[in-house]
Amino acid sequence: MSRIAARFAQLKAEGRGALMPFIEAYDPDPATSMALLRCLPGAGADLIELGVPFTDPMADGPTVQLAGQRALKAGGTLAGALAMVRDFRREDDETPIVLMGYLNPILSYGEERFCRDAGASGVDGLIVVDMPPEEADALAPHAATEGLDLIRLIAPTTDDARLPKVLAGTSGFIYYVAIAGITGTRSASRDVLAEAIPRVRRHTDLPIAIGFGVRTPQQAAEAVQIADGAVVASALIDTLAKSLDDKGRARPDTVRKVLDQVRELSEAVRGARVPA
Amino acid sequence: MNKPLPNSLRQGPDGRGRFGQFGGRYVAETLMPVIQEVEQAYNEARNDPAFMAEWRRLLKDYVGRPSPLWLCERLTEHLGGAKVYFKREELNHTGAHKINAVLGQIMLAKRMGKPRIIAETGAGQHGVATATACALFGLKCVVYMGATDVERQQPNVFRMKLLGAEVVPVTSGAGTLKDAMNEGLRDWVANVADTYYCIGTVAGPAPFPQMVRDFQCVIGEETRQQILAAEGRLPDALVCAVGGGSSAMGLFHPFLDDEGVAIYGVEAAGRGLESGEHAAAIAGGRPGVLHGNKTYLLQDNHGQITEAHSISAGLDYPGIGPEHSWLHEIGRATYVSVTDDEALEAFQLCSKLEGIIPALESAHGLAHVMKLAPTMDKDKIIVLNLSGRGDKDIFTVAKHMGVTL
Repeated sequence: MSRIAARFAQLKAEGRGALMPFIEAYDPDPATSMALLRCLPGAGADLIELGVPFTDPMADGPTVQLAGQRALKAGGTLAGALAMVRDFRREDDETPIVLMGYLNPILSYGEERFCRDAGASGVDGLIVVDMPPEEADALAPHAATEGLDLIRLIAPTTDDARLPKVLAGTSGFIYYVAIAGITGTRSASRDVLAEAIPRVRRHTDLPIAIGFGVRTPQQAAEAVQIADGAVVASALIDTLAKSLDDKGRARPDTVRKVLDQVRELSEAVRGARVPA
Repeated sequence: MNKPLPNSLRQGPDGRGRFGQFGGRYVAETLMPVIQEVEQAYNEARNDPAFMAEWRRLLKDYVGRPSPLWLCERLTEHLGGAKVYFKREELNHTGAHKINAVLGQIMLAKRMGKPRIIAETGAGQHGVATATACALFGLKCVVYMGATDVERQQPNVFRMKLLGAEVVPVTSGAGTLKDAMNEGLRDWVANVADTYYCIGTVAGPAPFPQMVRDFQCVIGEETRQQILAAEGRLPDALVCAVGGGSSAMGLFHPFLDDEGVAIYGVEAAGRGLESGEHAAAIAGGRPGVLHGNKTYLLQDNHGQITEAHSISAGLDYPGIGPEHSWLHEIGRATYVSVTDDEALEAFQLCSKLEGIIPALESAHGLAHVMKLAPTMDKDKIIVLNLSGRGDKDIFTVAKHMGVTL
């Protein structure tokens, strides 16, 4: 069983949902980013999304854009993100890691070589924001060979006619984009999500995580009451960004501040009663 | 000569929106449904005679088409080789070719019931054209423009505002066309329900490269009729500057199957290809994915997109339309490049010899004509797409000439 499947099975047995924090690889520098990655499971991360910096993140709002720019300035690359996962795996063989990013760095690396290296580094899944199912044929077979889950985004605009097509090649879990919009901007209301998630459930047995606009412990708790996981990105990156000095460098308490927030989110997620 | 090729090169894209390996629809899931909606609406519209007749009426009575094909006698004599014709797209209402495709797209938006239009712009020509069409149709218009371009294209910024558009300066990245397009796509993701993204060039996710090309083909179709009337035969060479490449596709496409017509796309070499500061995606880039399509892109070894540079804001883009990438790979068109300095020289020569101040974009095409014409016999014919007028560029050019206005 893959790490992702095993983790969701374990959480289901515990009767709770997953907290999935997102951090951008190399933001604001490789050492701080690595320290954060290492400490996330201890702070309550059930799965981790590791962002791969890209110059033109067209689905991201200002917070993640700036994180990407800091990461690129610090030398962040796809290869660097893989190296972080390899280091992480020396100590943790259970917490699933999903790489999230855009297609061009993968094309540049080479689809087949990338999937091989990602698998060997201990990556469990891929979210490629600008690769809809219609354009997945160059990457999907290699991902499958290496046992990498290809996790697809489903948006409020994905209608019932289109859902089966998007779900067809999806494995691991479903990433439900809560709002029609970019990251770190608006949030969906509980009522909207309570209607949206059952619609997706009718088409799939895969776990569903909610992302885009999940910022507070309360929102994370609501997300796991309705779905199976909550992705928190911009709220954590905002904390990281605020902790930096005026030259954009990490301060001694940068890692702690982000981890404290992860702990609060985790407590809320663990405290939210999820119907079995 | 000029026999149709056995297999037409004019049939692309395929059902997946691809020209060979290029093109496609590389967008976030949120946008996929609306892009398919645009495609369906476009396919219905272009097969609707009433829609096309209305577009033709606007081109004639509002834009002022057909644009003339001008024989440049003094320039021809100066260059001492092939006869040079200009396809005078700069005489269109709003001063460039952009309006051709904008009117078609805004009519489509109206047909789709989208009351809000967004656009990206580099030099401001597409932004002005979009703002113009929105004024004509009474639609709300928001134009994203890189902050750097806002600085260097003030006259066009003011024009857009006069026309009732909101101009949003984009500060991310280098603040140029690429960043404006990112911001346009972000806006669209957040406002899919009521918004139409009026893309200004033959790039972006399918069906935009095809749709913009189809509307711009009016340039090449007219050129074909006009040159046949003037010379009784097709030209030997077509030349056009290429940023995203909409004016070039519009001129080239109707001639793709005419073997005897050589086709030259002119990329911006900026401060020189070897300087690294240029916007020549084909000469200095490699295939990748950006802004919804696979095409040649300027990028580093890690697949990060690098900043383009050109004195011409309209060419300052690290990519090129996917159909151009395909024409390059199959060898049907030849892509060459021209530096800032060469374009400036052509800009001044054109003004003095023909009494036409060309856009800096078009001056790149002209600079190549200046190299090409002298190598050809006097009975040969070159058509240059003079895609825009240069009024917007006089400040930039004055600065480079050391003149304070």
